Amino acid sequence: MTENSAELRDTAPLVALRGVNKHYGALHVLQDIDLEIAQGEVVVLIGPSGSGKSTLCRTINRLETIDSGTIEVDGRPLPAEGRELARLRAQVGMVFQSFNLFSHKTVLENVVLAQVKVGKVAKAEAERTARELLERVGVGAQADKYPSQLSGGQQQRVAIARALAMNPKVMLFDEPTSALDPEMVNEVLEVMRSLAARGMTMVVVTHEMGFARSAANRVLFMADGRIVEESTPDAFFTAPRTDRAKDFLSKILQH
Amino acid sequence: MGLIFENGNFSAFVEGFLRTIELSALSALFALLLGFVLAAFRVSPVPVLRWFGTAWVTVFRNTPLLLLFFAVTFMLPPLDVHLDSFTAAVIALSAYTGSFVCEVLRAGINTVPLGQAEAARSLGMGFGQTLSLVVLPQAARSVISPMGSVFIALPRNSAIAGAFNVPELFSFQKVLSEEAYDIFAIFFWIALAYLAISFSINAVFSTLERRVAVAR
Ligand SMILES: Nc1ncnc2c1ncn2[C@@H]1O[C@H](COP(=O)(O)OP(=O)(O)O)[C@@H](O)[C@H]1O
Ligand SMILES: [Mg+2]
Repeated sequence: MTENSAELRDTAPLVALRGVNKHYGALHVLQDIDLEIAQGEVVVLIGPSGSGKSTLCRTINRLETIDSGTIEVDGRPLPAEGRELARLRAQVGMVFQSFNLFSHKTVLENVVLAQVKVGKVAKAEAERTARELLERVGVGAQADKYPSQLSGGQQQRVAIARALAMNPKVMLFDEPTSALDPEMVNEVLEVMRSLAARGMTMVVVTHEMGFARSAANRVLFMADGRIVEESTPDAFFTAPRTDRAKDFLSKILQH
Repeated sequence: MGLIFENGNFSAFVEGFLRTIELSALSALFALLLGFVLAAFRVSPVPVLRWFGTAWVTVFRNTPLLLLFFAVTFMLPPLDVHLDSFTAAVIALSAYTGSFVCEVLRAGINTVPLGQAEAARSLGMGFGQTLSLVVLPQAARSVISPMGSVFIALPRNSAIAGAFNVPELFSFQKVLSEEAYDIFAIFFWIALAYLAISFSINAVFSTLERRVAVAR
């Protein structure tokens, strides 16, 4: 990263959460979340299991609703469920831990489907885009296979291509490598690093310290529904300020 | 007493047979449409629609079909709705069978992992697109076999219409019994006719099942 976060944050934020709260019944899963993400910024969300990372990530494209506060993407508040929201979701790419490729469609069809049905792109053009993207993430040769015939690492790269095909303004990754065998983690992180290098705005829930250090502008540490620490990757991993973060890091670094 | 297909009885038999097919086919069509709509209601994000779907299924799946026939035959005329007996039978059968279709579809939808719908929505697909492009095609495999059972039951259920003035296959039996033909011969032919219908429906669903299995 050549630019640093401070410079990036001079412009209007691409994603802005203000005073966001959410409950699951009695559980206060997001507590007064304030977060601004600048165009081109890569933010890594880290924290113990159950701290609300996935929930936070999913509120940004409104897969989860919130109880109070506001969320803006590109200066516009998230619309209510309906056509407007669908349009916005197309601009916010999401990559899931479990890939969620459409199992009844081939790899190529997976990347083509939403372009045609949502983006109203002509089929031939959508296929051209799809092949380019599949090539770019290194699975061009698998285009005509079904997802179940691919390795986890390949499936996740297809899922990234599928999201990129909509030309999103921001990409959300929810533990994209947690379901992968260790030898496949790097091929996915490599794709994500190159995305970051091309200037994609990214929110990444991950415990991959290597990725955070090499690609992130900022690390946010979450615990119990709050963002309790926020710093550069180097500062966070070498000198965490809060006890919660120190405790958490000592646990993940043991392994 | 003589051969049962004398004196134009054969054409009455064929007529009843065709009427049963007509009644079943129309009811199947409407039940299918209704079932899809109800299933969409039951999984929709709109609470009122979900409530309506649930209420419909609860009422129509748990009411004896005979009672539904009574309802459309005797409760609609006082409300100034006058239907011929065939239309009334189609309505009763569709409303009843539609609730079963809905539940088969809903069970099928529930076999599709939630992540599939989430991925579709996150790509900007609306509710209808998510259901028709992503969820239902994947539900198809687990739906076809139980759907076959629902539709094989339909022609048999349609026999009730005979008691409500529709001259369908089963009511043919009443006519001939009154003319004192051999009761076993009468039922043999009627059973054979129902069997033919069931076998045809079964064949259609077996073919569908094979197709879906091959098309992964
Ligand atoms: N749909 C849900 N209903 C109820 N509780 C939920 C639901 N989703 C998540 N939770 C709870 O909310 C908390 C935060 O979950 P999550 O955001 O998935 O955490 P993380 O991704 O940091 O592990 C957890 O305690 C989890 O059990
Ligand atoms: Mg999570």
